[in-house]
Amino acid sequence: MTLEEKVKTIICETLSRGAEEVTPAADFINDLGADSLDLAELVMKIEDEFKDNMAGESIPEEDVASLKSLGAIVEYLKSKGVPAEL
Amino acid sequence: MKRVVITGMGVVSPLGCELNTFWNRLVEGTNGIGTITKFDATEFPVKIAAEVKDFDANAFIDPKQQRRMDPYTHYAIAASRMAVQDSGINFSEENPWRCGCIVSSGVGGISTTEKEVRTLLERGPRRVSPFCIPQIIVNIASGMVAIEHGLKGPNYAVVSACATGLHSIGDAMKAIKYGEADVMLAGGAEAAVCPISIAGFAAMHALSTTNDDPTHACRPFDKERNGFIMGEGAAVLVLEEYEHAVKRGAKIYAEVGGFGATCDAYHMTAPAEGGEGGAQAMIISMESAGVNPDQIGYINAHGTSTPMNDRIETAAIKKALGEDNARKVSISSSKSMTGHMLGAAGALESVVCALALKNGVIPPTINYQNPDPDCDLDYTPNAARERKIDFCLNNSLGFGGHNACALFKRV
Repeated sequence: MTLEEKVKTIICETLSRGAEEVTPAADFINDLGADSLDLAELVMKIEDEFKDNMAGESIPEEDVASLKSLGAIVEYLKSKGVPAEL
Repeated sequence: MKRVVITGMGVVSPLGCELNTFWNRLVEGTNGIGTITKFDATEFPVKIAAEVKDFDANAFIDPKQQRRMDPYTHYAIAASRMAVQDSGINFSEENPWRCGCIVSSGVGGISTTEKEVRTLLERGPRRVSPFCIPQIIVNIASGMVAIEHGLKGPNYAVVSACATGLHSIGDAMKAIKYGEADVMLAGGAEAAVCPISIAGFAAMHALSTTNDDPTHACRPFDKERNGFIMGEGAAVLVLEEYEHAVKRGAKIYAEVGGFGATCDAYHMTAPAEGGEGGAQAMIISMESAGVNPDQIGYINAHGTSTPMNDRIETAAIKKALGEDNARKVSISSSKSMTGHMLGAAGALESVVCALALKNGVIPPTINYQNPDPDCDLDYTPNAARERKIDFCLNNSLGFGGHNACALFKRV
């Protein structure tokens, strides 16, 4: 499984959206109807899944604001050293 | 002051999740109690409860929203929607500021609390769900119901343990009586068949431990009664100002004629001997409705099946109505079939009162076999009876010494 597929699965589950809707550029709030609580939950699940790849167990607050789409999360994780193929 | 009538009702109960089904099963004397299936209760001193069995949350709430809410709120939303449909009211044609909601809960999202505390202890504070707090607060059901129906009038939750559902109806009635609202959704919801709740109530020795015979475990007013059985579900009533209801041609089940609320100010959980607090609530509800004790045809008792409640409630009924009237009134405990739905109980039993008035039928107290000299009134044992009644009372009593009594009137 690729990193993108894994993240996409988590997003689909958390936001209750179909795979076809969760494109790399789809904005969680504007395109996928998420609210602040959904985003908090989504970040928590990403942290859970990839905690071994991150220094601490959590994504710093200042980074969270930029995680607005599937593409943004994938790029962020890659920048933290998560391989594109899992 | 305005008159207040009931124009719609919805139930989610151990006897069914549709109003007519619920009523028919209640009149037939159907037992709703069985072995706990919601969690493994093998190691628990109490292994029985009255669970809601045929509820499909998907029929009411999409999966994403379901995950954001505790089951108690699922029940509240479902019962509210069924009540609104039953009433035929179209809220988009109403002034939203004059439509409100008090759908409360005794213990709220207790199973969510349990789950999130486990997460906190096992995985740390950063893993607690952002939906933890909105799921557990007892007022969130009222908030979510308001969102669905666009109700912008009075909205909050009343909490008085096992009297919650009835206090909610009392407050909603007053909002209409005093002209603050035209329509109020009122009721209670509970989903407390979970380990911490069963363990906690069991530790108080409040629950029946007749684990090997759940069908006969709940026996209100019977000499062999030995505790209440946890129930769950929700009941919501559409309360409406009388002229408003008439104007839109609504069907009317009954009038909410009076309400009384008192406190024993005596003990944390035990009712005061002699039942003066409960009696005084009944007296106030009759006085506020201008109804005499000899006019009361039916009392839906709190009737929990604990040794103390049923004895003291019997004394309270005698004190409030007088011995002679108390011997003539029909009494029954719906909890003999539904278990004790805590904060939803008073609301569900108000539904029972409204249907008893409308249909001229008193539902039974089932499992009544052994007379108790301390409980010597007519509890409508084991079989429903036809009786045309004009006025009835509904009692609810809660830990903390809270007593509530509503008077319902045939219209």
